[in-house]
Amino acid sequence: MSSVSRFRALRANATSLPHRSRRWTSTASEPTEPLKSILIANRGEIALRVGKTASQYGIRTTTLYTDPDRLSQHALSSPFAVNLGSTDQYLNGERIIQVARERGCQAIHPGYGFLSENAAFAKACTDAGVKFIGPPYKAIEAMGDKSRSKEIMTEAGVPCIPGYHGAEQDPKHLEQEAERIGYPVLLKAVKGGGGKGMRIVMQADEFHQQLDSAKSEARSSFGDDVMLVEKYITTPRHIEVQVFADKHGNCVALGERDCSIQRRHQKILEESPAPNLPEDVRQDLWEKARQAALAVGYEGAGTVEFIFDNDSGEFFFMEMNTRLQVEHPVTEMVTGEDLVRWQIIVAEGGKLPLTQAQVEEQIKNRGHAIEARIYAEDPSMNFIPSTGKLLHLRTPPAGESVRIDAGFVEGDEVSSHYDPMIAKLIVSGPDRKSALQKLVAALEQYEIAGPVTNIEFIKRVCVSRQFVDGEVETGYIPKHHDELFAKEAAEPEVLAQAAIGLYESEQTRRDHKSPITPLQTIGFGNAPQPRQFHIVETSSDPQIQNKPTTVQILKTAPKTYHVTINSQTYITTSHFNPSTSTLTSFFPHTRLETTLIPNPTNNNALTLFTRGRQYRLHLATPAWAEKALGLKDLAHSVLAPMPCKVLRVEVEEGQEVKRNQPLVVIESMKMETVIRSPQDGRVRRVVHRAGEMVKAGTGLVEFEGEDEGGK
Amino acid sequence: MASPAPIRAFARSLHHLPRRRVWSQQQCLVQRRRAATYTSPHQAAQISIIQTAVDANSERYRENAASMRELTQRLTTLHEEAAKGGTDKARQKHVERGKMLVRDRVTAVVDPGTSFLELSALAGHELYPGEDVPGGGMLTGIGTVEGVMCMIIANDSTVKGGSYYPITIRKHTRAQEIAQQNRLPCIYLVDSGGANLPHQKDVFPDRDHFGRLFYNQARMSSAGIPQISVVMGSCTAGGAYVPSMSDESIIVNEQGTVFLAGPPLVKAATGEEVTAEELGGGKLHSEVSGVTDYLAVDDAHALILARRCISNLNYPTAPNPDLRPSFLEPLHDPEELDGIVGTNLKQAIPMHEVIARIVDSSHFSEFKPSYGSTLITGFATIYGHPVGIIANNGILFSESSLKGAHFIELCCQRNIPLIFLQNISGFMVGQDAEKGGIAKNGAKLVTAVACADVPKFTVIVGSSAGAGNYGMCGRAYSPRFLWTWPSAKTSVMGPEQLTAVMEAVGKKVDTGLRDRIEKESEALFSTARLWDDGIIPPSHTRRVLGMGLQAAMGGSVEKKETKFGVFRM
Repeated sequence: MSSVSRFRALRANATSLPHRSRRWTSTASEPTEPLKSILIANRGEIALRVGKTASQYGIRTTTLYTDPDRLSQHALSSPFAVNLGSTDQYLNGERIIQVARERGCQAIHPGYGFLSENAAFAKACTDAGVKFIGPPYKAIEAMGDKSRSKEIMTEAGVPCIPGYHGAEQDPKHLEQEAERIGYPVLLKAVKGGGGKGMRIVMQADEFHQQLDSAKSEARSSFGDDVMLVEKYITTPRHIEVQVFADKHGNCVALGERDCSIQRRHQKILEESPAPNLPEDVRQDLWEKARQAALAVGYEGAGTVEFIFDNDSGEFFFMEMNTRLQVEHPVTEMVTGEDLVRWQIIVAEGGKLPLTQAQVEEQIKNRGHAIEARIYAEDPSMNFIPSTGKLLHLRTPPAGESVRIDAGFVEGDEVSSHYDPMIAKLIVSGPDRKSALQKLVAALEQYEIAGPVTNIEFIKRVCVSRQFVDGEVETGYIPKHHDELFAKEAAEPEVLAQAAIGLYESEQTRRDHKSPITPLQTIGFGNAPQPRQFHIVETSSDPQIQNKPTTVQILKTAPKTYHVTINSQTYITTSHFNPSTSTLTSFFPHTRLETTLIPNPTNNNALTLFTRGRQYRLHLATPAWAEKALGLKDLAHSVLAPMPCKVLRVEVEEGQEVKRNQPLVVIESMKMETVIRSPQDGRVRRVVHRAGEMVKAGTGLVEFEGEDEGGK
Repeated sequence: MASPAPIRAFARSLHHLPRRRVWSQQQCLVQRRRAATYTSPHQAAQISIIQTAVDANSERYRENAASMRELTQRLTTLHEEAAKGGTDKARQKHVERGKMLVRDRVTAVVDPGTSFLELSALAGHELYPGEDVPGGGMLTGIGTVEGVMCMIIANDSTVKGGSYYPITIRKHTRAQEIAQQNRLPCIYLVDSGGANLPHQKDVFPDRDHFGRLFYNQARMSSAGIPQISVVMGSCTAGGAYVPSMSDESIIVNEQGTVFLAGPPLVKAATGEEVTAEELGGGKLHSEVSGVTDYLAVDDAHALILARRCISNLNYPTAPNPDLRPSFLEPLHDPEELDGIVGTNLKQAIPMHEVIARIVDSSHFSEFKPSYGSTLITGFATIYGHPVGIIANNGILFSESSLKGAHFIELCCQRNIPLIFLQNISGFMVGQDAEKGGIAKNGAKLVTAVACADVPKFTVIVGSSAGAGNYGMCGRAYSPRFLWTWPSAKTSVMGPEQLTAVMEAVGKKVDTGLRDRIEKESEALFSTARLWDDGIIPPSHTRRVLGMGLQAAMGGSVEKKETKFGVFRM
């Protein structure tokens, strides 16, 4: 970068805030300088996503990786890849800027997460003469501070959630404030957390009673009873607006996204346009979002998040994300624009390619788009992350209306070091209903074996009636818990497929030499007898063991099986193709085509894909295994649900514990999980101490067995 | 009829041509000479396909099929009953002890999806008056374990406590004989109370009695044929030597016991009071005495250990080196054999039709088809194994005997196993036959059969009578396996002839003799006494031969050079 341009860049940033209004009127077209080389300071799918656009425009990309990521797709995507070393190095801004300079990269694209919203890093880039593809650091700073951002928004006329955060704590005063805000309101202890010292007041006449109870709980929990009052939104929705601004004072809203379907406060389904949103509200949202961006002298891609009150139709500013977001492809699908391209244009000093009117015109013509985030996580275990090798990965065919942004291919390892998102599946259609239908169809073709994924869960959400009707809210998943988490047992035919598949795949494993013919029953005799397979539907919770189903199999001729399940016998003609691991069976009533993926490190585990659904099964442990191998009876111990680190042990050996009492706190994927006691009992042994790393399925705490109880 | 017109036209054209042109001489050459026309393999193969004349809609076919079906159904029922083993009560008790039934044990030990060739399933059928010994109290057969073909010998303790009746000994030693001849590792699933004492005179003293079991084990082990035993129940007295003489043995804890004398006998002999478990339980033998090598927690565990032992044998598993890389099923359905053969042995069996339903692609390269045509000889393959087939198609004459001996010489020279399909009432008799030297010519066939050291397999498809039984490799000629079809009959001669002969020599024939002879020649009577290795459904002939050929020709094989005796010329 020449010193002149660097100077210009510095000046532009330094002067952007106070002289905003002047820039609005500026029509002079500054000469733009095309970027030739950028550094992508991120990993996974977003690094690949950025690289794709960059390569489309002939921009050389340099990628970064860490030791555990050395074989991941983003690291392999560019011939210019730099190893940063240990796991946490994606956050080492200083080092990354140094790499950019050494490698002659003119700009750094931070992606999302990591350093993308780090004002200091943005500033350091600018100071080092490397363009930061993102907003000016001052805008990041302004939006990063929650209370300051609210002040700026209120000044700019963007509605913020009404509340009282003052020091005056007189109950009468608080009640007045509540009155002013309007019921229902939320009382929250300033120092509170975890729902303690928090009360919802629905009506004025219960205000004092709830206040007293909240205060006393706060005092006992935190020793402090300072309260704040906020408007309580009963059925909130998360609606955000994608904005883009350039250095020339132009700012457009590229439509909104509804991201209300969330779990653990993280989005899993995002769509645009937001369903059931009146057009005037939509226009108002866009307008307010642009105002918000302009108020901080924004440049580049940003997202203004609003909380939308489904009951009143009001919306309030929550925060602004000063980066490209995970769900940006939704906007790309509805607008037909490449947002990374726009980021590069803005970074180069160019003007936004479209005006607001043009954007609206394009959105009108393009219909609806929806994105499903495919995570390696276990919905039935409160969405805890899952890790492991992607043993099998088959995606729906991508095309005009189906887009897959993935950072993994088959054989890759989803490690516990980073975000467990495997891919984003984005589908568009002329309207919401058709997009949803297509999404379900695409999810049915999406096969992943290895880590547990949320694909089956997303499918359930997509066919949940209220969701189909567009009645979304951020509490959708807990509210429809029973419907979304209902157990659906595997059909007998599927279990039959599992057993035949195991049988056949064992034969193909053995028969590397020519098989000993004939492979069928001989003579009048009745030997051999049918073989029994005790197949269990794998439960995510190591504490719960599902009952095995006995599948009895007798192979009478090559490809002919007599299968008996629950005293019903089917005669099938089955053909197994070892190269695709597909078993095709003709039952008397139907044909089933099943892909079977055994887990090579755990021969008992088997993942099946058939009729667009995934089944996780395993063989029951043989009766002799416990005695012969000295396996502990699992009923008496509590197991780690995932690979993790033990943070704290809450019990001692010999201690009596009650059911649901916390035993151990573990950490995995940067999340704490409390392991609770499945039973009343006495702790015999604490297997792992704080600080130890533990594999999934190993015992954490052992209980005294019933037989030992009396001793 | 082809029209003569073109020939005439050609002649006319020649006539109009100048006579002394050089190329016309060449034309003449073309006329006379047959060039080596290319024949495709498909065209060439046509000469080997056996044509069928079977009419599945004919009355005779239907009658035959119906009578054979009736017979096979009866046999199926008998097999099902025998397969159950002991009484319901005995089996119930067995299962309640946490033990697996013998057939489940065998299923668990063999590789999934492989065939199991059971031997003599009806041994002991109606053999001991007043005593029912289903299957002779034992299950034997050939199965594949970890890719190795093995002989599995399993006691059924639900039948008289698994004790050894004379027929049990016979079945056990026959299985060992097959294992020895075909070099198959032996797996003994032991669960037996030892010799059946009331029958001691018929199980103990003779050469092929109880002692022979251990003699065989020692000899086989010395010949490099592995002996593995799994003690899954009692293993008392002589029985104790089965695990003790094995290469490796496994015992099930708190279930298997090995001792020379049980607690009552010990008490009687020395006054020592001791429990069976303390005297010879799994823990004692695995930890203290070292009689057993592995301690299993239950049957399933023991069988997995046994499979592991086999996988560690480092035993050859190569298929028959002469195996053809691919084969096709017969062109004609083996199920049709029922309708072709029927149960009335007075009807001639069209042996070409039978062969067509046994061999690959129904291809048969018949040797000397026009000479001595009452004996069919020729080459074929079964599941890709090359074989020589010798089948009766009438009475044996001098010519047929000579042809048979010639063919056996060919097969021995080429190391091709022989398959005998018996339906023989005997050698031709009468003055003409004797003049023609039927005795010495028949003897040539018998000599050839006796001395042929390639594996021999015999299937009695019809009758097996007189010296025909010898010439066609009967039991006495040590075929590797001998199977019978349901309607087969084995005897010196038919009951009518026998009665006639008896009367002719002036003996008084008692009234029941004819019926008794009739009954004693039936397949069921033979198989109960182990004169064969089992009755098979005709349509499974191909399958049993396939297994037998694999056992004989694959894996570990003892190479033997055939040396014939003196052929009287």
